[in-house]
Amino acid sequence: MEIFVLILTIFVLAIFVGLEIVTKVPPTLHTPLMSGSNAISGITIIGALLLAGQIGNPELSKILGTVAVIFATINVVGGFLVTDRMLKMFKKK
Amino acid sequence: MISQNFINLAYVLAAVLFIFDLKWMAHPRTAVKGNRVGVLAMLIAIAATMLSGNLEFKYILIGISIGSVIGAVAAMRVAMTSMPEMVGLFNGFGGGASIMVAGAALIAAMYSLAGGGEEASMQTKIAIVASGIIGSITFFGSYVAFGKLAEFLAVKWKLHLWQSIIKYGFSSAVVAGGAWYGLSQPTSAMSIGLIVSAVLIGAILLIKKDRFPGMNILKSLCGIAVLVLGYMVIQDPGNMLLFWLLVTVAGVLGVILTISIGGADMPVVIALLNSYSGLAATATGFVINNNVLIIAGSLVGASGIILTQIMCKAMNRSLTNVLFGSLGPTADTPDAEEVYKTVKSTSPEEVAMMLETAQKVVIIPGYGMAVSQAQHAVRDLANLIEANGAEVLYGIHPVAGRMPGHMNVLLAEADIDYDKLKEMDEINTSLAQVDVAIVLGANDVVNPVARTDPNSAIAGMPIIDVDKARTVVVIKRSLSPGFAGIPNPLFAMDNTLMFFSDGKKAMEDLIAAVKEGN
Repeated sequence: MEIFVLILTIFVLAIFVGLEIVTKVPPTLHTPLMSGSNAISGITIIGALLLAGQIGNPELSKILGTVAVIFATINVVGGFLVTDRMLKMFKKK
Repeated sequence: MISQNFINLAYVLAAVLFIFDLKWMAHPRTAVKGNRVGVLAMLIAIAATMLSGNLEFKYILIGISIGSVIGAVAAMRVAMTSMPEMVGLFNGFGGGASIMVAGAALIAAMYSLAGGGEEASMQTKIAIVASGIIGSITFFGSYVAFGKLAEFLAVKWKLHLWQSIIKYGFSSAVVAGGAWYGLSQPTSAMSIGLIVSAVLIGAILLIKKDRFPGMNILKSLCGIAVLVLGYMVIQDPGNMLLFWLLVTVAGVLGVILTISIGGADMPVVIALLNSYSGLAATATGFVINNNVLIIAGSLVGASGIILTQIMCKAMNRSLTNVLFGSLGPTADTPDAEEVYKTVKSTSPEEVAMMLETAQKVVIIPGYGMAVSQAQHAVRDLANLIEANGAEVLYGIHPVAGRMPGHMNVLLAEADIDYDKLKEMDEINTSLAQVDVAIVLGANDVVNPVARTDPNSAIAGMPIIDVDKARTVVVIKRSLSPGFAGIPNPLFAMDNTLMFFSDGKKAMEDLIAAVKEGN
């Protein structure tokens, strides 16, 4: 229960930080913001890695974990690369 | 093995770097650096997890290799005009990962319980349920958004081969997967429910219309079923069939919620799904008690919420109205023929002559520019006009195109200085001094009815006031209505000239005409 309250606190505070900083992003960068933040949401990969690799985990759990690793990696690699491609185009002459 | 404290510190560092990533997104000068800091944060978090010990790398390496190849190829090959589909699709993978992690965690928890370990805490159980539900809505919702944007779902025309393969392949896979799993279990209400839900998902995805009878009832039924099933999973976490039933029913909900949303509202949907994908990651963070997932997921969730709000505001609609209402012509929508009686059509030569004497030109791009890939031709024309000593600016409506910032990315691709891209409020203050306003493939976002007719479907929506410019040139293939389905009196105004053509072709004709005039 203590852990729950602790991480709940972190969750609430992080939402506020997110609202505060994202409000400052100008409309010009909204598409890269979406694809970039999308890549960040691929952080689920951490959970996927722990389940796919945990020694002593049942095989089925590992397989589901591996599918999760594939999905999350597509999200992370694809998201960051496509954002980088877009952002490099924003130039000032 | 490295101490847990060290690993947790690495997670804190990753979380801080993620915050800097989004913070630096606030300016085009720092945004590239920001994105790369995000990559660094992700690598730190992954490395810390790999070093936390007790892991074998066989499955992990397989998963990462497959995922990296798919992700990299997709990211490098996608055209800038297809960015909305791409982002829609990527959202779904995050959601899919959350479902799988929740399922795997549930199996692992039951296995450990059977081996004499402790029972999973209430928090873990609730988080697994939330992760499964949000993940599934995101996964299936994103697939629908991708399909509608790539124009192979809910369309009546003939599909290309690749579109048919995805459309029928995905439907068959869902139905086959549901039937296979449902039949492998002893026959019960649950296994039948699972098969029915899977068939329902597959079938709805094949319908050629956005809406079908009984849709709202089904929506409510699924909503209630998801809550009830979620409660049942928490009570009986050992029952995997129950968990997968929950995931499929949430999938039906995800499909119906997204499929009924019209083309004009796509920017809202993409932003909303973006938010869900973050919340799904957060829920997964609660499953495995991990701070970096919770922080990173919350940042993305918050970002999606803000974008959703901005999009709704730009259309003067509430989120409830986007999700549950409908946009379209109202009963007293004026007759198109009546409105368009005084439309004047023009030629490239006439427009070129006006551009030669103009001092200030504003270009208002819309979805039509994206469809015809006219952005590079727009830049060439703008360079010619500027060479004549005139000023060229761009007026960008927040919902122009199909995702937030869609037009900006396309114009940036064509090397247009981002300082020339003006937001709606800024450009509106100076439109009265503009000599020529060129509307390129935009319609509803420049429809003055939004200001004048309180009964119209788009009443109160903030628009770009191009009608205030001295001359307006509207480049459009025909007089067909925009997403809102209502006629646009701008096209028939005294100071408006219609240039009927494909966006890119029109730009090229104008370039030729201006060059000739010089």
